[in-house]
Amino acid sequence: MKKRSRRRSFAAGILMGSALILVGTGYAVVSAETTPSPEPAVAAGSLEQLQLGRQLFLEGCSSCHGLQGEGIAADNATGGNGGPSLIGAGEASVDFQVSTGRMPLAVPEAQAPRKDVQYSQAEIAAMAAYVATLGPGPANPTEEQLNLENANIAEGGEIFRTNCTQCHNFAGSGGALTNGQYAPSLMNATPEQIWQAMITGPQQMPVFSNETITDEDKQNLIAYVEALKVEPNPGGLGLGRIGPVAEGLFLWTAGLLSLIAFAVWIGAKVR
Amino acid sequence: MSATVKTAGKTAGWVDDRFTSSNFLKRNIGKVFPEHWSFMLGEIALYSFIVVMLSGVYLTLFFKPSMIELAYNGSYVPLKGVKMTEAYASTLNISFDIRGGLLMRQIHHWSALFFVAAISVHLLRVFFTGAFRKPRELNWVIGVGLLTMALLAGFAGYSLPDDLLSGTGLRIAQGIVLSLPLVGTYLSFFIFGGEFPGTDFISRLYAVHILVVPGLILALLTAHLMMVWYQKHTQFPGLGRTNDNVVGYPLLPIYMAKAGGFFFVVFGVITLISGLVTINPIWLYGPYTPDQVTAGSQPDWYIGWLEGSLRMMPNVEWVIFGYTLSWNILVPAVILPGLVFTVMAIYPWIEQWATGDKREHHLLDRPRNAPVRTSLGAMAVSFYVLLWIGGGNDLIASFFDMSINTITWFLRFAIFLVPPLVFVATKRICLGLQRRDRDKLLHGMETGNILRLPHGEFIEVHAPISDEEKAVLMAKPERTPLTMPEEIDENGVAMPGARGARLRAKLSNFYYADNIPLPTREELEAAEAHLRHEVEQAAPAMEEDRRLIPAHDGSVLHDPAIDK
Repeated sequence: MKKRSRRRSFAAGILMGSALILVGTGYAVVSAETTPSPEPAVAAGSLEQLQLGRQLFLEGCSSCHGLQGEGIAADNATGGNGGPSLIGAGEASVDFQVSTGRMPLAVPEAQAPRKDVQYSQAEIAAMAAYVATLGPGPANPTEEQLNLENANIAEGGEIFRTNCTQCHNFAGSGGALTNGQYAPSLMNATPEQIWQAMITGPQQMPVFSNETITDEDKQNLIAYVEALKVEPNPGGLGLGRIGPVAEGLFLWTAGLLSLIAFAVWIGAKVR
Repeated sequence: MSATVKTAGKTAGWVDDRFTSSNFLKRNIGKVFPEHWSFMLGEIALYSFIVVMLSGVYLTLFFKPSMIELAYNGSYVPLKGVKMTEAYASTLNISFDIRGGLLMRQIHHWSALFFVAAISVHLLRVFFTGAFRKPRELNWVIGVGLLTMALLAGFAGYSLPDDLLSGTGLRIAQGIVLSLPLVGTYLSFFIFGGEFPGTDFISRLYAVHILVVPGLILALLTAHLMMVWYQKHTQFPGLGRTNDNVVGYPLLPIYMAKAGGFFFVVFGVITLISGLVTINPIWLYGPYTPDQVTAGSQPDWYIGWLEGSLRMMPNVEWVIFGYTLSWNILVPAVILPGLVFTVMAIYPWIEQWATGDKREHHLLDRPRNAPVRTSLGAMAVSFYVLLWIGGGNDLIASFFDMSINTITWFLRFAIFLVPPLVFVATKRICLGLQRRDRDKLLHGMETGNILRLPHGEFIEVHAPISDEEKAVLMAKPERTPLTMPEEIDENGVAMPGARGARLRAKLSNFYYADNIPLPTREELEAAEAHLRHEVEQAAPAMEEDRRLIPAHDGSVLHDPAIDK
């Protein structure tokens, strides 16, 4: 009696488990088939591209930035949040904000977080091209500007430590700013995004124009960040590269507790 | 007799003829140490100090305490050609170009962190068990001195590599010196040999780090251990343990084997961690220049509480006749640590005076049996932890998606509100545990067996507690508060010194008044008789219960196999 009931309960579990796996994989296969959105084939700088950009802008951005990109003032009476004007924001701004997933905004909070990108590369380019027509603004870096072959990493490190570490931390791991704002980690930022961020100054970041940091210095700096990304930790686990607090936490948890466990073992009474 | 034994015997004889060492050994080899895991926390500190010394000696062979500027030309590419001091360059060389250098650096740094952490938990153990009481007050003070020296050694070592982080720490230290009224500016110029950072400081700090402070630590450590040896180790209450004996293992062979083995465990764990986990990656911080700083600039954990107090302090400054008095630095970085270490050092005498307890104590208190002391300790720990949180407020803000301002404002209030709450809660818990102990003595321990009596009542069957446990519970010291002295004598004249005595009586009341008394002898005897009766009464029913088998459907069957 007992044995049979036990076998039955196992069977129910296995059945349930396999059913879940089946449904899960099935859904994954089906959804994977439907995800890729068709790439609109539009040439860069063409009228079609601008039209596509405008259409996407009206659908996805105009509710906050205004139908002409003129911006909407925050309305305290209705709680409407509004958004800044995009006239003069330039294609670099649009490309940075949308290609890091910061725009479109999911919810107004202290700062827009990096999240999954909502548009394809072609769509982003179309929106950027459209916004660039609203008024002159910073342009995307050219491929030549992003060529890091001759960059000097050590020089870049000096620029990084002088201009970036106070917010982004010594290893680009990010850090806190006031009132819930923060400097994000640079470990996911592409060279293009770093360049765009420097010339547009998104959110709390100041603008580092060509007068402050020249193109060559930008290349050096980006090369340094790229080197940081792939640099191994010769000393073992990096503990997130956030400084002595993580080391202290590790010491008091894993370190000291293991020694105390040994002490308890050695001090245990022989029974 | 083999040749080896013969040689050993001859050598021993040679030494004995000259030093009569066998007398010394005979007296001390059988010395008994009591056994408890918490007595080994101090050992962790001692052993990690040995590891610090060994690895430190290796580092001195390659470190160059010089602030001469040079262009780096070692094997770490991202810093090639960068201008830096020789101190930083030599630390990079130790990390990348000297065999075993990085491992040694990490062993040195991790074991230093272990050293201070082990001192701290050892200090907590000594405090919460009352091991600092007479006759060991002076050894407590030496311990506080050792902790201070360890912090100093750690901070000096943190500042030596001259990377961005250590330079930032030094800058804060200089700011603290500057905040001292009247002498601050002069002192800063004296210490740094001119304007910060100057060119002298690393070599001066080096002497402090490798000579002065370790020398003091060694001296204090020797005194500390000799006093433990001479005054004998305290022990927890238990069967056969009194205030006049020491129950434990002899030094040789058992204790020596355990302690020696534990040294290698500590050495091994530290080396393992140092081989697997990065500490202070100075190459990522870059060389120090006063115009650079990094987010997440924090000291090592043991200075974290002072970092926290600095970060929490509101910005209060007075300008008096053109001179600035920086309360925003003085209070958190000078007055607070001064107060903390002073109170810590004189605590044994505070408690002695308040309770009037001047007897010798070799038997430790269980923390619950000294509720006020335990609560004061817990209060201090909560204070310290809040300061710690303040020291890491930026990382807490970014990892838990909070506002750094909110955290800081919360802490500014919590630092005054939370410790008293912790005091009250801890005291309640201690008194609750005391009641439970009394309950155990009077009613025995709960067995978990529920018995239904013939008239329908349910009772839980109790069993007598073991002799060992009874000895522990009965060892609870009787503590009565001092009585309130008369303010005026029989002639109606004010008693001299009455005010002090009254304050003392009040304090003693604060310490002892709530204690739950041990049961009296009559109560114990009555309870024992009752318990014996209960066990006897329950025995047949329990025996029957053992023969029952609960079936799957909830019914109960007699097991015929057991019945036979």
